[in-house]
Amino acid sequence: MNILDPQGPIGAADKTILIDSIAIMLAIVLPTIVAIFAFAFWFRQSNPRAHYRPDWAHSGRIELVVWSIPALTVILLGGVAWIGAHLLDPAAPVEGTGSPVRIQVVSLDWKWLFIYPDQRVATVNTLTVPVGAPLQFELTSASVMNAFYVPQLGSMIYTMNGMVTRLNLRADQEGDLQGLSAHFSGDGFPDMLFDVHVISPLAFPDWVKTTRSDQVLNAESYQELARQSVEKSRPTFRLDDPGLFGAIATQKIPPAPGPKITSEGAQSYLGASDVR
Amino acid sequence: MFGKLSWSAIPFDQPIPLVAGAVVLVAILAVLAWVVIKGHLPYLWSEWITSVDHKRIGVMYTLLALVMLLRGFSDAIMMRGQQAVAYHSQGYLPPEHYNQIFSAHGTIMIFFVAMPFVIGLMNLVVPLQLGVRDVAFPTLNSVGFWLTATGALLVNISLVVGEFARTGWLPYPPLSELTYSPGVGVDYYLWSLEISGIGTLVAGINLVTTVLKLRTRGMTYMRMPMFCWTTLASNLLIVAAFPILTATLAMLILDRYFGFHFFTNEAGGNVMMFMNLIWAWGHPEVYILVLPAFGIFSEVVATFSGKPLFGYRSMVLATMAICVISFMVWLHHFFTMGAGPNVNAIFGIASMVIAVPTGVKIYNWLFTMYGGRIRFTTPMLWSIGFMVTFILGGLTGVLVAVPPADFLLHNSLFLVAHFHNVIIGGVLFGAFAGYTYWFPKAFGFRLQEGLGKAAFWFWLIGFYVAFMPLYAVGFLGMTRRMQHYDVAEWRPWLLVAGGGAVLILIGIIFQIAQLVVSIRHREELRDRTGDPWDGRSLEWATASPPPVFNFAIPPDVRGEGAYWEQKSRAERPYLATAEPDYQDIEMPRNSPTGFVCAFFATVTGFALIWHIWWMVAAGLIGAFATFVVFAWRDHDEYVIPAEEVARIDRANLAERRALAGLAGRA
Repeated sequence: MNILDPQGPIGAADKTILIDSIAIMLAIVLPTIVAIFAFAFWFRQSNPRAHYRPDWAHSGRIELVVWSIPALTVILLGGVAWIGAHLLDPAAPVEGTGSPVRIQVVSLDWKWLFIYPDQRVATVNTLTVPVGAPLQFELTSASVMNAFYVPQLGSMIYTMNGMVTRLNLRADQEGDLQGLSAHFSGDGFPDMLFDVHVISPLAFPDWVKTTRSDQVLNAESYQELARQSVEKSRPTFRLDDPGLFGAIATQKIPPAPGPKITSEGAQSYLGASDVR
Repeated sequence: MFGKLSWSAIPFDQPIPLVAGAVVLVAILAVLAWVVIKGHLPYLWSEWITSVDHKRIGVMYTLLALVMLLRGFSDAIMMRGQQAVAYHSQGYLPPEHYNQIFSAHGTIMIFFVAMPFVIGLMNLVVPLQLGVRDVAFPTLNSVGFWLTATGALLVNISLVVGEFARTGWLPYPPLSELTYSPGVGVDYYLWSLEISGIGTLVAGINLVTTVLKLRTRGMTYMRMPMFCWTTLASNLLIVAAFPILTATLAMLILDRYFGFHFFTNEAGGNVMMFMNLIWAWGHPEVYILVLPAFGIFSEVVATFSGKPLFGYRSMVLATMAICVISFMVWLHHFFTMGAGPNVNAIFGIASMVIAVPTGVKIYNWLFTMYGGRIRFTTPMLWSIGFMVTFILGGLTGVLVAVPPADFLLHNSLFLVAHFHNVIIGGVLFGAFAGYTYWFPKAFGFRLQEGLGKAAFWFWLIGFYVAFMPLYAVGFLGMTRRMQHYDVAEWRPWLLVAGGGAVLILIGIIFQIAQLVVSIRHREELRDRTGDPWDGRSLEWATASPPPVFNFAIPPDVRGEGAYWEQKSRAERPYLATAEPDYQDIEMPRNSPTGFVCAFFATVTGFALIWHIWWMVAAGLIGAFATFVVFAWRDHDEYVIPAEEVARIDRANLAERRALAGLAGRA
């Protein structure tokens, strides 16, 4: 999950901006740190060669310089931030080969549902995408907030119930990656890891065929799935209604009941409290 | 009868909180028993608990902060321990317990360590630096302190009765709504912070008024010590920002108690509003904490370099610039929410702009050292450690202000490392510098230097060992708040970080040892003159500890570095043979109002958490009755006769003359 080893253009661009920004700042930070040590050492009380100037407390020239150095740095970095924020806007489409793949992401308690509306399939905790194609994500949450994040593909984004966020990514290398939730969402939060399989565009239709299982994903089976659990298996579904994501995002399907506390001790205490 | 409260609220099946709670309870009872048996109770009641003296209240704030630091640190070392072992396993803390610990750690460290520490130091020092007798509203000051203590008490009660929030130190809805957090944990969080938030607000009002309205003769704004300026800026921020916190949490309370829909998923609630509101308080809060620390470093670096602060006017400008800009950057806490590129870019740039005045401050401390005669005492070591560490924290902070970089690092352990870098390296190092620097002023004897330096080195190295690995593991994609994990490449870094926490623990043990040793050897460490460091500002012009009225004769200020000028021009009124004209001094009477008020606030808060409505009513009536009794009091001041003032002042002058004669510096 090393973000310094990106596997797509968004991750690579994010990383470039990150490294550039660090370099720009180190250019003034390192000399400043050296100066702190140098001044502190040279002007130590026991150094008879250091010149003591007990009343020296003002210098217009130095003040001009000390306001200018950080100001110039920030102007430079501000430019980086402005251009970067626009180039790497998560909602902006990404170029790529082949037709774009639409993926609708729902964060459940405590698992990820990936719906492919055009392929009419859905998966849990595995995201399979063709290499090189623009990936258009629409994201929402069944209950509480989460953040969808595949570190090596780049930018993360929040998922929130009743709202849709957008993210565009692309994967440039075949292989297996990992994604996770980057926003705390309750007891099962650390188990919200998911696999990302980047496969060749030729293999993608085959994958769709093999994935389209007998299990059907519709409003009812979705509500079953949305109950709180940690999913160790990787169930796949045939998507009945391509409007399912819209129904979740607009709360036609009400928010899911979880997450709740998992341990028995805590449950018994909560049970007692319900009695009043 | 007892609302939601029943025996099942006490976690008999969870040994860790129960044992921890029992140990604390036994310790408290033992201290209480010792106090009663030794007959210290009347002294404690009349000299401390009911005291309205800003110095005593400042000391109590600091003591609260130090005690809560131990609690917050135990949480920290448990978390580091958990993450060190929980690779491919559940570790030793189940999720519902781990989640409470990180929530409690953040809440306690910010609200009950950092806040009371800086407010305590401001309370202790600012009236002395301004050359006045007390803060503007002495009894209100006591109320503010005791309400803060109430909040801390409620958080700690949650350890054994019920549970604490498991939603993080900022309870983001909808997770914190009744639907998903039905227990009392979030309610403990909400009511502790509502009550202590009011305490903080009145402390802020008090200190703003003190700086604006109570300055001694000749103490113009541009002659105030830097610490007074940062106090003013920080407390202006408190007055402007804390009502936002109180209102936001009140909305969450309405959601949870009365079925409102401010932040729920359903019925038009909006979680994004909570995030905006909480950070509209939360980002200024960062500067509320760090500005006083900047002030402390300004005092310490100038004193131990033997020079005035370089670029005083620049510093004032930088302080007030930070004060204003800090309100315009809150959105950088959620760049990943999907706002448009213009919004993200503007808030990113605004956040970077704060780095300009902050950078200027660093350079000004640097040039304060230039041409100085630097004495490497413990406070100075903390200051130099701060300057280096804080620059790195600033670097990573500006980095995550660049939206695309934040898209990779948001909520990661890199972020955790960043804010610990600025809060430990900035606020806590500042607080420790101030604690060591002003300890002789508060108690009349210095802290032992050797153990203080050992503590500094363990803290500094421990900090780097604990948090540099978190920067690295953040680059490896690890997010915060993971109770367990299966990623092999994270493990080594987390083991190293655990080792860092142990080094910090050793640092804390050295600090405790320093305090114990210093108290035992207080006669050798005695500060007889009131000016142990060759200081520059007015707090060093009076005895240590200062008499209750601070200054026998209100000082007359003729320039920056008020006391230094007196010393260097040999205008030493205290060495003059002519006796000043002592007058009677009126001082405010002690009052139990604050303590009684906080008692009823605790009762009310506890009852609200557990839905015990008759007790809520009883607590509120009690609090109102306290207010009425206080408002109708007849005698609110007492007079210290001129002879008594003269006697106290003559004793201090004699000490100073004796020492000046010995040192041959008349």
